Amino acid sequence: MKIPLSWLRDFVELNESVEELRETLDDLGLVVEGIEYVGEGLEDVVVARVDEIRAIEGADRVRLVVVDAGEGPLEIVCGATNFELGNYVPLAPVGAVLPGGFAIGERKMRGVTSHGMLCSSRELGLDDDHQGLMILDDLITPKVGEGLLEALSLTPDVVFDISVEGNRPDAWSVQGVARDLATRFARSLKEPALAVPTSASESATVAAVAIDAPDLCGRFTVSVLQKVHVGPSPAWIAQRLQAAGMRPISNVVDASNYVMLELGQPTHPYDAQHVSQRTLRARRARTGENLETLDGVIRPLAMAGRGLGDTGEDCVIVDGDDRVLGLAGIMGGASSEISASTTEVLLEAAYFDPMSIARSSKRHGLRSEASNRFERGVDPELALRAAARFVELLKESVPELEWLSNPLDVRGVVPTPPTVELRDGDIAKTLGVELSDNDVTSILDGLGFSVRREQSSLVVTPPSARLDVRSGAAGRADVIEEIARLYGYGRLPRRTPTWPEPGGLTARQKLRRRVRDIIVDLGVIEAWTPTLVSDEDFELLHAELERVRITNPLASDESVLRATMLTGLVTAWSRNVERGVGDVVLGEIGTVFTHPLSSAQARVTKGGAGGRVTLELPHEKERVTVIFGRPEDDARVAVAFWTVLAERLGLQDVVVRSVSDEPAGMHPTRTGAIVDRVSGAVIGYVGEVDSALVENVSPSLRGRRVGVLDLDFDVLSDPALAVRKSELADVPSRFPSAVFDLALVTPRTVHALDLAYELGSLSELIESVKLFDVYEGENLPEGTRSLAYSIRLSSMERTLSESEVNAERERLIARAAALGAQLR
Amino acid sequence: MTTSPLENLHEETAQLLARIESLDSIDALVEAEPFIIGKRSVLSTMQKSLGGLEPDARRDAGAQLQEARRNVEDALSRRRAHLAELARRTQLEKDRLDLGDVVVSSVRWPATTGHASLVASTQRELEDVFVAMGFTVSDGPEVESDWYNFEALNIPPAHPARGMWDTFYVELGEPETVVLRTHTSPTQIHLMESAVATSSLPIHSVMPGRCFRRDTPDARHLATFHQIEGLVVDRGITFADLAGVIETFTQAYFGTDISSRLRPAYFPFTEPSAEFEVTCTICRGEGCRTCSHTGWIELGGCGVLDPAVLSAVGIDGDEWSGFAFGFGIDRCAQMRHQIADMRALIENDVRFLEQFS
Ligand SMILES: [Zn+2]
Repeated sequence: MKIPLSWLRDFVELNESVEELRETLDDLGLVVEGIEYVGEGLEDVVVARVDEIRAIEGADRVRLVVVDAGEGPLEIVCGATNFELGNYVPLAPVGAVLPGGFAIGERKMRGVTSHGMLCSSRELGLDDDHQGLMILDDLITPKVGEGLLEALSLTPDVVFDISVEGNRPDAWSVQGVARDLATRFARSLKEPALAVPTSASESATVAAVAIDAPDLCGRFTVSVLQKVHVGPSPAWIAQRLQAAGMRPISNVVDASNYVMLELGQPTHPYDAQHVSQRTLRARRARTGENLETLDGVIRPLAMAGRGLGDTGEDCVIVDGDDRVLGLAGIMGGASSEISASTTEVLLEAAYFDPMSIARSSKRHGLRSEASNRFERGVDPELALRAAARFVELLKESVPELEWLSNPLDVRGVVPTPPTVELRDGDIAKTLGVELSDNDVTSILDGLGFSVRREQSSLVVTPPSARLDVRSGAAGRADVIEEIARLYGYGRLPRRTPTWPEPGGLTARQKLRRRVRDIIVDLGVIEAWTPTLVSDEDFELLHAELERVRITNPLASDESVLRATMLTGLVTAWSRNVERGVGDVVLGEIGTVFTHPLSSAQARVTKGGAGGRVTLELPHEKERVTVIFGRPEDDARVAVAFWTVLAERLGLQDVVVRSVSDEPAGMHPTRTGAIVDRVSGAVIGYVGEVDSALVENVSPSLRGRRVGVLDLDFDVLSDPALAVRKSELADVPSRFPSAVFDLALVTPRTVHALDLAYELGSLSELIESVKLFDVYEGENLPEGTRSLAYSIRLSSMERTLSESEVNAERERLIARAAALGAQLR
Repeated sequence: MTTSPLENLHEETAQLLARIESLDSIDALVEAEPFIIGKRSVLSTMQKSLGGLEPDARRDAGAQLQEARRNVEDALSRRRAHLAELARRTQLEKDRLDLGDVVVSSVRWPATTGHASLVASTQRELEDVFVAMGFTVSDGPEVESDWYNFEALNIPPAHPARGMWDTFYVELGEPETVVLRTHTSPTQIHLMESAVATSSLPIHSVMPGRCFRRDTPDARHLATFHQIEGLVVDRGITFADLAGVIETFTQAYFGTDISSRLRPAYFPFTEPSAEFEVTCTICRGEGCRTCSHTGWIELGGCGVLDPAVLSAVGIDGDEWSGFAFGFGIDRCAQMRHQIADMRALIENDVRFLEQFS
């Protein structure tokens, strides 16, 4: 919202510097997003008359213009063509500095010297018009040589661009902002000049108003204005509107906009001649009705919208023939618009239900200055004051204007201001400091709240404009916020609280950190791949799965929630290969999603209006996915990586077993499941990326082996599923160990690690069993390979004798044989 | 001539189909293709010979030929798929590796330097600051219902305030009931609900996580981003505690020469609400372009818990009070490392990722 400082000064005395005002506004929560200086740099610009226009030889874009600015003929080179002999235009003489610091000097062009510059209104910073020179003839009674600022009765002004928070409908006006400043500075807030009805005729004898939908329209006032003459606004009104970012249109429309900016009440003027029976009614739109809005679009009304709880309700204004004139509070219709021939005006000033305006405006995609205000809540008691202000302003250009007495005023349902009881101690309980009654009362007084002291509380009633103040405990919070805001947040105390409960991370969070630390130590570069993926990427691996789809994606290739991070990582890796930096291991710890229809673990939660609907949400799984993209990397590297990680995480008993039901995206013959032998849970998969995926993502990487490790963090972080070693320490024997190797010809159906574990658990004396070689060769029976283990034996009590070692060796061989493995 | 140019169509087609079935490799298929279906095929020769026929006869013959061609093409593409699958199977069998047999000690592991993601390490650092102040850390889901993301936070359906968040809706349930969380605040509601259910108030927790807003990414914003949110519900908690926690955090994270200030703002779930700003870390408060010469940079929002939020989760506002605050993790990273374009965070260019430890 743009507010000229001069306008604020109509309401409150302000002698502070612009910078001080900016800081104060910020501190009041009225954040200044920009400051413009209007009329600055125009001090030297004067009114000049065009006396001669001559072509310049060899130039077709510029002409020589001779003007008189009071000191005899001046030759100016000018590119504009929108003026004629005798027109009055602004001249920036040599030495002037225009807005933006543009200094005017003598310039020689095409052999002619230009002694200044004739200006457009944009060059003067007055508006955006750059069609040609600013022609002054129609705006003023021009006098050659007069200063432009004087001629336009323009005072240089400062315009604050203020962002008003959604809970401050009252502040969305010049007076509202002025009220905050007046309260903060403890100054008085002035009232604007208001007209009173001038005609003895009763409004009701001429016009009628009714509310058929009292829940949608809480108040409807209509003022009847006669002897209207539509023309331009006085310059000062036009300039204020422009400074506030609105284009002047005509005195009637401008007065309406001015009142809205000044007081916050949108009004709507109708040409009375086009309102049948001079009757206005507010009612619900019916299905099948249409309205042609001022923007020329024909809009079907009362169509249920897609938004939650939107039943398609529209409040419309109709005339005596039940013809729809406008979408209440949002936009008028074309039929009853003010025109040059309008002589009688019906001025609507109303209160509409904020929620219904919000829904209609969203559904029709129509936003206007009026709807923005109504949907936040306009003061229901402001209507007639706004009408009086409107009349006062219009009388400036139409002195003979008649306002019929007793304007029409009907009411529907209007929110009643709550009574809020501020118990002694409530302020301290919220703000941490007790404020004096005096401080509190002067702040609330300034804001228009009424305050009454009771035995042990202050009874506070907000003004009708403060629709944001609720009742009960919430209302107390609202009032306390206002007190704190005006008192100044910076003046409130600070205290760093302490509590006896310890802080810290959960076991799962600690494990996540540990996993991240270890994999990064091992060489993983952590990536951040998209959560939202394209249908094509989703289908690469999960064409058969239900997908969790976004209703309103930003782009079609970001419309589905990922079911895996593998595709994203392979894509990220391939881009790095293209950049020539793909010799890396990439990983990500993140969430993947399964549609409730494809998951046995859909999350059931409450939703919908009031949380009364039971919803099934996607199952969110946390995974740790790593791909190994260095030139020599393959499944073996991934297994080695996993083995180190498992060891570092202290997993007690995990093995990698080849599988035939590998997950999508994993290589069908080079993938193993990571199984916890104790719980039987699958912790994840390790191996290679399916060559088809690599090729699909990047055809140029066809045939490149990429290792992969994909862990289910939900399983990994569950100690019942991923069982960890005992924390108890195992002190090694002080006696020397006996070490020997066993090479065992073993069927492929027996896993090497399973066999190692079986052998290792055979007796107390076995310290460790480690696989150190796998031999596959011709001289071994079909379907077998030779596994070489290094066995370490020791005892806590003694050095083992050779016979003990041999006996143990025989038992191991026998045990292996029982499992199908023969000594080689 | 009395013989139809298509006299032998049936036999020719059968021969072609048989020939297709006999192709035993992709290479053979590629080699044979022009003779089966291309310009040099018998079908193409027949096609050319139709020119001499009467229009009606030509149409009939053309249709027959078309069907034959379709059959042959189908057979060819089935064969191609079959051979490709066969080739893939053969290759897969050749590749077969029993991962249970990998001898880890013999695997070559080139020395490679890893790097944690900037977002993850920033998040950890922020968590650590709060943990040291006595906070726990809580995680929450990324897909939420409108109840948790909005209504329990005092943002009812169709409330204009919902427009403050550009929401991605998920196609589940009634329209606009399932969303990608637009902030980490729903985790607050989960925490409070479960604390009420298990009678385990007070709460002192921070909630980091990924959030989503339907906002076209630019140098300063990403549609996917990370927030950290704090929640305290305890006895006797006031705005002064909030201001104190923000200040302690600011000094602990940004340094003791950086301080914080609060400015009135509006959030439906807190009242009083505030934006919090910290001393500009670029100019250390002197004023520069980054801070629009104010010396301050806006970091996040905060406030005293709105009584409507407490009552939505069933907490007695006379006994308990609290505050919440939230700000961007990515934004902290951006501030500290002066990242000119946030999109670098999601491009996964190794040359960017490698810069952070
Ligand atoms: Zn700065």
